[in-house]
Amino acid sequence: MKSTAAPILEVQELSKFFGPGCPQCIEATGPEQGNNVCDTCSTVVACHGVSFQLYEGEVLGIVGESGSGKSSLLKCMHLDEVPTFGSMYHREVGMGRMDLFQCSDQQKRAIRNKLLGIVYQSPHLGLRMELSAGANVAEPLLLQSLRPRFSPIRARIVELFSQVELPVSRLDEPVRYFSGGMQQRVQIARALAPSPSLLLLDEPTSGLDVSVQASVLDLIKRIQWDTGLPIVVVSHDLAAVRLLSQRILVMRHGRVVESGLTDQVFADPHHPYTQQLVASALS
Amino acid sequence: MRAIANINSIKEGGLRRYLSDKNQIGYNFAYLNESIKREIRRKILKAIAIPGHQVPYSSPEIPIARGWGTGGLQVTLAIVGPQDVLKVIDQGCDDSVNAVNLRRFISMTTGCETTTHTREATLIQTRHRVPDTPLQEGQILVFQVPIPEPLREVEPKEELTCRMHAEGDYGLMWVKLYEEIVRWGRVTVGARYPVLVNGRYIMDPSPIPRWDVPKLNQSPALLLFGAGREKRIYAIPPHTEVDPLAFEDMPFCVENQAGKACRLCGSRESFLDEIPDEDAFASRWVCSDTDYCFERRSNSSAVRSPVLVKRKELCKPD
Amino acid sequence: MKIKKKILLVRNLKKTFTMHLLASLKVEALNGLSFELEEGDFGVLVGPSGVGKSTVLQCIFRTYKPTSGEILYLTREGQWVDLARCEERNVLELRREEISYVTQFLHCPPRVPAEFVVAAPCVLQGRPLDQAVWEAREMLRRLRVPEKLWKAYPMTFSGGERQRVNLARAFISKPKLLLMDEPTASLDAKAIESVVEVLEDMKKGNTTVLAVFHDKGPIEPLVTRVVPLVPKSPGEKSHEGLCPARSYGQGVWR
Repeated sequence: MKSTAAPILEVQELSKFFGPGCPQCIEATGPEQGNNVCDTCSTVVACHGVSFQLYEGEVLGIVGESGSGKSSLLKCMHLDEVPTFGSMYHREVGMGRMDLFQCSDQQKRAIRNKLLGIVYQSPHLGLRMELSAGANVAEPLLLQSLRPRFSPIRARIVELFSQVELPVSRLDEPVRYFSGGMQQRVQIARALAPSPSLLLLDEPTSGLDVSVQASVLDLIKRIQWDTGLPIVVVSHDLAAVRLLSQRILVMRHGRVVESGLTDQVFADPHHPYTQQLVASALS
Repeated sequence: MRAIANINSIKEGGLRRYLSDKNQIGYNFAYLNESIKREIRRKILKAIAIPGHQVPYSSPEIPIARGWGTGGLQVTLAIVGPQDVLKVIDQGCDDSVNAVNLRRFISMTTGCETTTHTREATLIQTRHRVPDTPLQEGQILVFQVPIPEPLREVEPKEELTCRMHAEGDYGLMWVKLYEEIVRWGRVTVGARYPVLVNGRYIMDPSPIPRWDVPKLNQSPALLLFGAGREKRIYAIPPHTEVDPLAFEDMPFCVENQAGKACRLCGSRESFLDEIPDEDAFASRWVCSDTDYCFERRSNSSAVRSPVLVKRKELCKPD
Repeated sequence: MKIKKKILLVRNLKKTFTMHLLASLKVEALNGLSFELEEGDFGVLVGPSGVGKSTVLQCIFRTYKPTSGEILYLTREGQWVDLARCEERNVLELRREEISYVTQFLHCPPRVPAEFVVAAPCVLQGRPLDQAVWEAREMLRRLRVPEKLWKAYPMTFSGGERQRVNLARAFISKPKLLLMDEPTASLDAKAIESVVEVLEDMKKGNTTVLAVFHDKGPIEPLVTRVVPLVPKSPGEKSHEGLCPARSYGQGVWR
């Protein structure tokens, strides 16, 4: 079977604590205790013991409510924050044997720019509002070489703009004049610009109108279909996750309570929290 | 930095005049006290060791207001010796009020000789220009710098620009150049054109015109930059690669002076100032570098044409 | 006579749901089902409503995780896989290449044209887009979906049209094992005829079918195996020695 290929990404025992930490932190928090904060030392256990693998062409959904730790997880995966414990391996870095969390800041920056693309929940986090849309999309490309060439970069961002279905005539307009859905598309174009080998989506459709949500989800699905890019989607919107992902992790109070195939977790949830989540979904 | 070897070898006038006047005037050699000079020299050495890197320093009080050249003056005072021959220019001109005052102050506190001739000077302090007469090995050029941070316009926070320099993360600078080309068809930065020094740090060369930027590359002279108000010193040691930031397919170009020549000496090879002539409702062009113009006019055999720059592309006229 | 090989062995399949929201109430859906399918078989699951026919299909497709038991499946490469226990990646690969599942309802992304919805499985199998779309159109034509609908969005179609898109999507990937759960419920007689035609072709192509049909009439000629499911008799407490729902059925459905 083909499924013997090595994973693109492997995360092992990722934990993120905010605070001094103490021996009781892990037992004092979690879904059984019903909170994230250790009562001995007031450390916030944002996430603990998260492990998973991601393969070529796969979309992994991470579902949870506020406080589940999914955003901290994504920030650690994007090398924006340093986790307290855990390691992450990427197939294209050190032949899958180098722990990305141990790399220097400069190495992390190089990895982030070249291999990881991210789309944030709010466009203000992922874009520079005062610059034109084209400049936002071009920024990762301009960092690729010491002496960039203008024309090829310009051609590439025009191509990316059409790939995300934005009008090329608005390429040089400041991005703050774009609507919310269009700003998300600019973020997607920017994330795809360096041809990354992993795409991270943090609540890509929250705050958008329903019709705009549908078109952004379409776009993501189409891109995944065209490029076979592995994607990690973090969302509390179950319908979006169900549409996009093949496997999901369900998180609560910083722990993964259930994982499996998307349709199986929704149709046959085992953990009490997952059952509650699925039963509460409106669609 | 020349040590005082033997009081008998000092030129007539110089140090003796200073030493004889010292009791009346009552200040240290070169105004700053020795410990301050030592600190500034150490910072200068560090700056030379890391070309293009901004080194913070004490920027002590001197009798000139901030924003009027304190940085350049502090560097000059720290390194000037009694055997130095000093030249001070302000936008190429030795006769401007500020240049004259600075020159007087330095010579009064050191007794060193002064000159207006670039070729004779050992130490040149300049505001916003590099002399058109080519510099030689052994000369030191001290620049007065208003804003030392080349990234200031794209990132207002000092904490972030420090990190960008530390990590070599200059993406925002390139984005700014990209935006300029998209908006105006070319990079319109006129002065303070960012340069990459020794392949590592992006540096602000002070508000010199684009015309002067190629002169920094592989210069035989030592180039020192002092920003007094911002308290930063940086340096380019002799024969260092200094590369203006430009896209590979849109090369750096200098001001286009086609069809213009100096009214006094006829030069087309030096940077020209535009002087409005109200009677004729036209502009006259004059060499910005007064010493260069003078040399050319005196037809001295020592006049050589300016250094031919390898890549002196002219910008398309507006 | 050609010796057919067995390709699906279900052994003692049990599925129990634990509803934590209802004070951990346990619901036993399947209680030790066993049966076998040979290559090229057209098997139907029969039994009263609520006995667990859909559950069987969903356990095989891994929409439900079986509580215990084995579901052994012989892949195209000749390997035996226990669908109840194997890794998720293997399940995803089998779903893509070999096993298809048709339900009564079409689930697809909201604004994708029908021909792309049907072409998607081909593209995932590696065929170029234009060829996949051509094959999709052929399949839609065979199932009598009007051409003007090919570029429209399936969520706007009527129930019958949607179901035909659903079937087209399952048939087009030429699966080795085709699972169907009341696929013809919303179709009229003519549409059912066209579905039966396609199923006949697939049978010739050695596709094995396991299905639940409400209306047995039209598919009767195709059926080669019957798997009756019998509910646990009321009043019995232990499941051992009872008549669990199992069968080794043979012969034509009557």
